[in-house]
Formats: sequence, structure tokens, C-alpha cells
Amino acid sequence: MRKYIIKRILISIAILFVVSFLIYLLMRCLPTSYVENLARQKSMQPNSKSYEEWMQQLSAAYGMDKGIFSGFFTWLGNALHFNFGDSWHYTVPVTQKFADTIWVSVYMGAVSMFFEIIIAIPLGIYAATHQYQKSDYIISVVAIAGMSLPTFFFASLLKLVFCVKLGWFDLFGLTGRNYEQLSSMGQIMDKAQHLFLPIVVLVVISIGSLMRYTRTNMLEVLGQDYIRTARAKGLSEKKVIYHHAFRNTLIPLVTIIGGSLPGLFSGALITETLFGINGIGYTSYNAMVNGDIPFSMFYLVFIAILTLAGNLISDILYAVVDPRVRVS
Amino acid sequence: MSRIEKDENVEELENLMENQDIRERNEEYSIGDDRRVKSLSPGALVRRRFFRNKVAVIGLVILIAMFVFSFIGGIVSPYSQDQLFYRDEKVSKDYASAKKNDEYQFLAKDSEVFTSGVKADMIVAILDEQPQFTSGKDTFTLTKEGNNFYSAKVGDKVCGCAYKSILTDTEGKTTFDFDTTFAALKALTNGEKAFSAGGKDYTIDESGAVSLGDKVVGNISSFIIKPANNGVELSKEFRAALVKAVKDDSEKFEALNHKGKNTKFTLSFNADKEVYTAKTETVTRKYDTYSYPSAKHWLGTDVNGMDLLTRLMYGGRVSLLIGFIVEFIAAAIGVTMGGISGYFGGKVDNFIMRIVDVFYCIPTMPLIIILGSIMDKMHVSPMMRMVYLMLILGFLGWPSMARLVRGQVLLFREQEFMVATEATGLSVRRRIFKHLVPNVIPQLIVSMTMGLGGTIITEATLSFLGLGVKFPFASWGNIINDVGNTFVLTNYWFVWIPAGVLLLLTVVAFNLVGDGLRDAFDPRMKR
Repeated sequence: MRKYIIKRILISIAILFVVSFLIYLLMRCLPTSYVENLARQKSMQPNSKSYEEWMQQLSAAYGMDKGIFSGFFTWLGNALHFNFGDSWHYTVPVTQKFADTIWVSVYMGAVSMFFEIIIAIPLGIYAATHQYQKSDYIISVVAIAGMSLPTFFFASLLKLVFCVKLGWFDLFGLTGRNYEQLSSMGQIMDKAQHLFLPIVVLVVISIGSLMRYTRTNMLEVLGQDYIRTARAKGLSEKKVIYHHAFRNTLIPLVTIIGGSLPGLFSGALITETLFGINGIGYTSYNAMVNGDIPFSMFYLVFIAILTLAGNLISDILYAVVDPRVRVS
Repeated sequence: MSRIEKDENVEELENLMENQDIRERNEEYSIGDDRRVKSLSPGALVRRRFFRNKVAVIGLVILIAMFVFSFIGGIVSPYSQDQLFYRDEKVSKDYASAKKNDEYQFLAKDSEVFTSGVKADMIVAILDEQPQFTSGKDTFTLTKEGNNFYSAKVGDKVCGCAYKSILTDTEGKTTFDFDTTFAALKALTNGEKAFSAGGKDYTIDESGAVSLGDKVVGNISSFIIKPANNGVELSKEFRAALVKAVKDDSEKFEALNHKGKNTKFTLSFNADKEVYTAKTETVTRKYDTYSYPSAKHWLGTDVNGMDLLTRLMYGGRVSLLIGFIVEFIAAAIGVTMGGISGYFGGKVDNFIMRIVDVFYCIPTMPLIIILGSIMDKMHVSPMMRMVYLMLILGFLGWPSMARLVRGQVLLFREQEFMVATEATGLSVRRRIFKHLVPNVIPQLIVSMTMGLGGTIITEATLSFLGLGVKFPFASWGNIINDVGNTFVLTNYWFVWIPAGVLLLLTVVAFNLVGDGLRDAFDPRMKR
């Protein structure tokens, strides 16, 4: 087992190396207009250095003055020391901006994941145990509809109904206008209120696939011989489903949920952008659109690490949860 | 449980009846006749299973409707996708203003003598009706030349005058010299039709218009009438009608405007400034933006004044086409790579799978956003942008296809029919493309159908962010893009809700059909 994990980690590191090089390559292929623009702007300011000096400094800041390979290794060397440079767009160190914005996203992701799990799994199981009945069809179609909903459209609809027509929530932002005057409890409630709609969007968008996954796996388990045996020996239907079938359904569910845990840190780009919440998704979106290379580079590599971690966790969990699986 | 049994019973019954049918028909055939056995090709079986699935059929119907809407609708629609519409708006605009002159105006012939001090003393003298007054060193004789018209003389010489009726030029400005003004005022007082000043002969009519020959050069009246816009020559009739309306206190009057057209004017009075304003309704042509649904535009118009229904049709074309092309690119690369990987195995397999791992690890959405903003900065033309978008999405989509195909190929490679192809000595190419790939195709079709929905959402999301398909091309995503403007979100539902509904329906339909196809291809999954 340990050998397997070590092997997987080594492979992941190799993949990560290649991926970060590819991302770096892409970043280097960006038209340098951003650096030039920035240098021009900065040199326009009173008492500023000349355009050439700024250009030099900015190029050096991201190793743009070096060749692609040496530039990449410089970046990598710095990155290994957790030195990701300063964000161009936000003009603060990348890691500082990251620390400022990540927790809102994690909070949003964690809450929505919690609701996703407690809604999707029971419904999936219900649909599986009532296969080909009306409730199964309804749940399946709703699941597909949820999966098919474009985030931006759904978010806009919610905004129209709840923010504009009913006026329950603000259209944008994480805090209300009178946030500063509120008590600490009031501030928490204010934030929670502002996060309500984004979380609803995240839950509805992601609930469908987990529901279908649960249903499919439950159906597969229900078709197994040991379920027939359980029924044959006269166990109650309740016991068969919740004691024998459900536990076996949990195996793939645990692995997939475990695998999606790192994804909590990646932020919800579209949802955060639409609701104007300063999470990591919104922040990185602005950085990417504005050609902020240090921040984008950091974010992309970060996402890549999360993906790899997710795969690793789900593979390891698969082996841990299911004793039948032998690691080779 | 009981429900399923019932269904099965019904099905059995149906089968029994069918068999009865066949048996009845079979009586015509001899025992050895092939036609006695009703056989269905695998394709027909799949079709039958698919059409038994009501939900999938609904999905198929929606899809067909979408295709008809987008591809035929665009042809049927009387408008084109970037046709602009205008609307005429009536705007009440100021045409001219009139102010009654209640204060004496002064005009000096000899400004050194006729100073402002003299003017003030002259007013006092006029109000006191004194025949002469002294101002400074000089003594002036005040002569009443007419109604509200006085002249001041030193000795016999006229040095200035005071009056209330004003001689203005056609633009409403006082540019005439003293002699002309004085002569005109005299003529007006005496009711004369003509006067001469400065060697020129002027005529004057009852409305106060002063002409030099045939041309109207000015106007004399107790109203100062100015056109609202420079360069507009107010007609004689207009001035007369305006003055008449002011005197009659009527709010509406008709007169010829400067273009010689009979126009209706409304008169309003500003009590603060004591100015009468004549307004006329002018028609302005504007882009017909955000007009509500009507018979002409069934879904209204968008921000640019284009017909939304037509935009939706063309947008559907773009969304569907991009979806299909992207999936085909992904499938083409995926099948090749996956096929090679699965069939040859070993080092090749390892190598390709590592590439797939790398691709899986690349964050797709951020990457496309970055590429989109690069294209923004490089000012790529909208057409090329669409092409690039398809290539990028297709290229990023192949790894999942490759994985799927590889898995399938690995499954089939060891089966007897493949061993048989090897034993019969078929070439590798033939073995792969004739025997292996056709077996993979069902799974591929299912995955592509489901993937189409996802691709359409991705494209729409990008276009929504303004990084995908760009104006003048329409796509469902960039039609919804307008909702970013809060005013549109709040007030113009018809701009974004129809596009969203179409998008949702299409993606749901693709998923339903994909589901149905999977069940139809793989009967083991069904029961």
C-alpha cells in the first residue's frame, strides 16, 4: 500500500512538472502588451522611473527577460520556496491575495457540498429503490435538468426573482451597506445572507451528477447476488436496502466525495463572478482577464495540484474502503 | 415491485399477440422458410429499445425542434441576424422663442454724447413727460416720435433714441445701424410701407417684416423672436402667427416653418423669464433598442436594435454547430489515440496515457478564459475567433474520449472475435477499423451525445463572459450576456430568458437522448 501511494505521488509530481511547464509556456506566449501597458502607465506617474526602467523591472519580476527554460526553472525554484512573486493586477504578493480570498470560497464550497450530499444521496437511493416509478422519473429528469442548467442563467433567474422582485437579497457583494455598523453576530448573519443565493446555485448545479451517480451505483448493487440472498433469507426490505445495499453503495460514493474535497479550494469562478463575491474564483478571473501572469500562473498550478490530489485521494480511498480491492 | 411485474406481464402479452400474428402469417410459408422467423437487426433492436423510452423520445423531439428552429427558422425569418431596426420617436423640440420687450432700448447716433447717464435721465424725462432734460453739461430736447418711441436732440441734431419696438435681423439679433433703425421705427410709427436709409430702399409690411427688394432682411416688432437653432430663418408668417398667438393667449397655432411646410406649434410661457416658447414635434430616427415583443418582433429587440427571435435562431445554429464540430474533433483525436493506446498496449499505451493524465490535470476553464482574453488583446476577427474556439475546445476534449475508447478496446481485444480476425490474418488496420472500432462506436455515440450538452454549456459560458463568440455573430451565450447589465436583468426579461430556456432545453435534451441511447445500446443496464 505504501509503495503504491509513493509511486502515485511520484507520478503526480512528474505530471505536475509537465503541466506547470506547459502553463508557463502558454503564459510566455502571451502578447507582452500587459507588461508594456503597465510600464507605460507607471512611467506616466509623477516622479516615476522611465518606461525602459519599468519595463526592465517588470520583465525581471517574472523572469520575462530570460529564456523559456531558464525562466521556468527560476520560477520553479522560487515557487518551491513559496515565493510566487507579486500580483500585477492587485499589486500585493500573490500568496497574500490568495490568503485573503480563499476562505470565502472554501466556506461556500463546504456548505454547498454538505447540502449536496445530504440532498443528493437520499434522493438517489430513493430513485433507485423505486426504479421505473413516477418518482424515479421525476428525480432523474430533475437531476438531468440540474446538470444541464447553465450556471449564469440560473444565477440570473434567482437574482431576478429573489433580489429584484422579492428584494430579499442584494444583487452583488458579500456584505451589506451597513455592515460596519453591525454587531459581530450581525456581521456573520449579513455575510451568510449574502452567501445564500450563491450556495443555492452551487448546490443545484452540482446536485444532479451526484444524484445520478448514487442511483446508478445503488441499482448496480441491488442487482448483486448478495442482495438476492439477503432477500431470500427473509430480511425486511428496509434492512436489505439500508444495511446491505447502502453500505456497498457507499464505496464509490466515499471515493468520489473524497476525491472532490480538494476541489473545495478551487473556488467557483462563474458563481463568484456573477455575485461579485471576492473569492478565489472571482479574484483569479479578474487576474486572468487582466493578464496578471504571476497570479494566473499560481492559480493554474494550484488547480492542477488540487486535481492531482483529488485523484490520489479517491484512488487511495477506493483501496482503503473496499477490502476486495487489491493494490498492485 | 408489483408495477414492474405488471409491465412485464403486459409486455409478455404483447409478445404473445405478436407471435400469434406471426404464426398466422407463417401458415402461408413452408416450415423451412426463413420468413417464418421474425428477426431484427441489431440496429433495429436498438431503435426499438430507444423508442420505448418515453423520456428519451421527448428529448429527441426537443432536439429536432431545436434543429428546425435554428436551421430552418433562420431561413424562414424575414430578418437577418445583424439587421438593425429603427424607430421614429416624436420629440417636442424648441423651435423659437419670443420675448415681449417692456423696457426701453437705446440706440446712440453719437455715443460720446449719448452716454449711459444720458440714457438714465432720458427715461426719467420720458416717464415725467418733460419736453427736455439736462444731463451733464448738455441739455436735450425730448421728442415723442411715436408710441413708445422718443428721440433726444442736442439742438437740431439727433444723438440717440429710445424705443420699445425692436428691429432685428433674421436671426433675432440687433445688427442694424442707427439710421436704418431710426427710419424703420419712424416708418412703423407713421404707418408707411417704405423707408430709405443709407441709400437703400426698404419696404415694411403690416406684420413688421422689413425687406430689401424681395428679400426679408429683418423684422420690427415689440417682440424679440429668436429661432432655437442657429441658421434657421423664421418665416414672416411664423412671426406674425406667433405674435398673434401671444396676443390672443392661445396655446396652439399653425404657421409655415422655415422649410415652407405648414406645421403645428404649441406655445408655452415661462413666467420666470417672461419668455414664450414655440415648440414643434420633430421626428427623430433611433435604433429600436429593447422594444417589447410585438407583432413585428415576436421577442422584441436587443441592445443593438436587432430582432431577438432571429438572433436566437442564428445563435442556435452557432451553438449547435460549435457543439458538433468540437465533439467531432475531440472524437477524431480521441478514437485515434485511444485506439492506438488500447490496441498496442505496452510503452505506447503508457506514453499516451501519461499525455492524457497531463491533459486531465490542465485546468480547462481558466485556460480558455486566458486564451479568450489573449484573442481579445490581439483583436482576432469574430470569424477566426469562432474557429479557434472550436479547435481549442476540441483539443482539450479528446483525453476523456481517448480513455473511453482505450477501455473499450482493451475489453474487446481479448475476445474471441478479435482472436479470430488475427487467425484469419487480417491486416492490423483492417482489424482495428473494421472490427474493433465499430464495437466501440455505441459507447462513443453515447459519450458524444452527453458531451455535446457540456460543450454547448461551455461555449455559452464563455460567450456569456464575453470571451467566446463575438458580435456580429449570435450565440445563446452572448445573447444572455446582456443580463450583466442590471437594468436589463430587471426590466427586459425577453432579452435573456428565452435564450436561457432554449439553452437549458437543448442541453437537457442531449442528456436525455444520451441516456436513452446508452440504455438502448446496452440492454444489461436496463433490467
